[in-house]
Amino acid sequence: MPHDHDHDHAHGDDHHHGSELSPIALRVKALESLLVEKGYVEPEALDTLIETYETKIGPRNGARVVAKAWSDPKYKAWLLDDATAAIASLGYTGRQGEHMVTVENTPETHNLVVCTLCSCYPWSVLGLPPVWYKAPPYRSRAVIDPRGVLTEFGLMLPDDTAISVWDSTAEIRYLVLPMRPQGTEGWSEEKLSQLVTRDSMIGTGIALAPGALL
Amino acid sequence: MSPPDDPVFNEPWEAQAFAMAVSLEAKGLFTWTEWAEALGREIKAQGERSYYECWLAALERLVEEKRLMSAAERLTRINEWDRAAKATPHGQPIELDRS
Repeated sequence: MPHDHDHDHAHGDDHHHGSELSPIALRVKALESLLVEKGYVEPEALDTLIETYETKIGPRNGARVVAKAWSDPKYKAWLLDDATAAIASLGYTGRQGEHMVTVENTPETHNLVVCTLCSCYPWSVLGLPPVWYKAPPYRSRAVIDPRGVLTEFGLMLPDDTAISVWDSTAEIRYLVLPMRPQGTEGWSEEKLSQLVTRDSMIGTGIALAPGALL
Repeated sequence: MSPPDDPVFNEPWEAQAFAMAVSLEAKGLFTWTEWAEALGREIKAQGERSYYECWLAALERLVEEKRLMSAAERLTRINEWDRAAKATPHGQPIELDRS
């Protein structure tokens, strides 16, 4: 391509006739174009990845896992014993090959998941983490004052319910198995899955009550 | 029904930065442990930066540490994109003029 001399810059004032990319967009474009040229990434693969994370992977995957565990005792036992395999059996596999662990909520123990280091999160079942999960207040306070954090999420647990906090790492990601709400006997997995919120699988919430679907 | 989730990415560059890190790890150019450490370092020094700004800074640092590209190469390329953008009329795709 012949070089077109930049006559657009002849005026020397603030008015640009051309386009302008933000400094951060320039950094991303620079990085990406170099990685593509050197053969480390393919543009099509990047687009596919983005589309997958924007549209196909999300907390609905995790909700189906939970609903199946509520409906099928054998699946639940498998999920608690080998979460990586039980989750993969439904077609949800982590690109990172991370090890999944399921922690079960009971009347005695409530589980809460955090990543104090950065934002490790069970992507394959929950998609990408919400903004608050990545923010310093949650990351620092979930460990020090889990009950206080839960109160801010509107979740008041009985005083005699213990709270276990699980700190995710690059190797181990946790999925909370919330308690099945009362009054859902005989519900299909599909209907049950609608009660399973993202927050209930992080532990900052519990599953919705059946009335929430009306 | 549960309320709609936050948008996954607020701006296109966030999605691009995200996908680059995931893609490089999938190719074995670094491990998730290395990535988590790099991102953790940036987040510790977060300051006023957004989460994905930290993400990008971690990625820039890791590709250099892994010798996928040099800092000089990267900075030169940033300037090239800046010049290309400013020389491109609005509404046209911005392309690098590689001579």
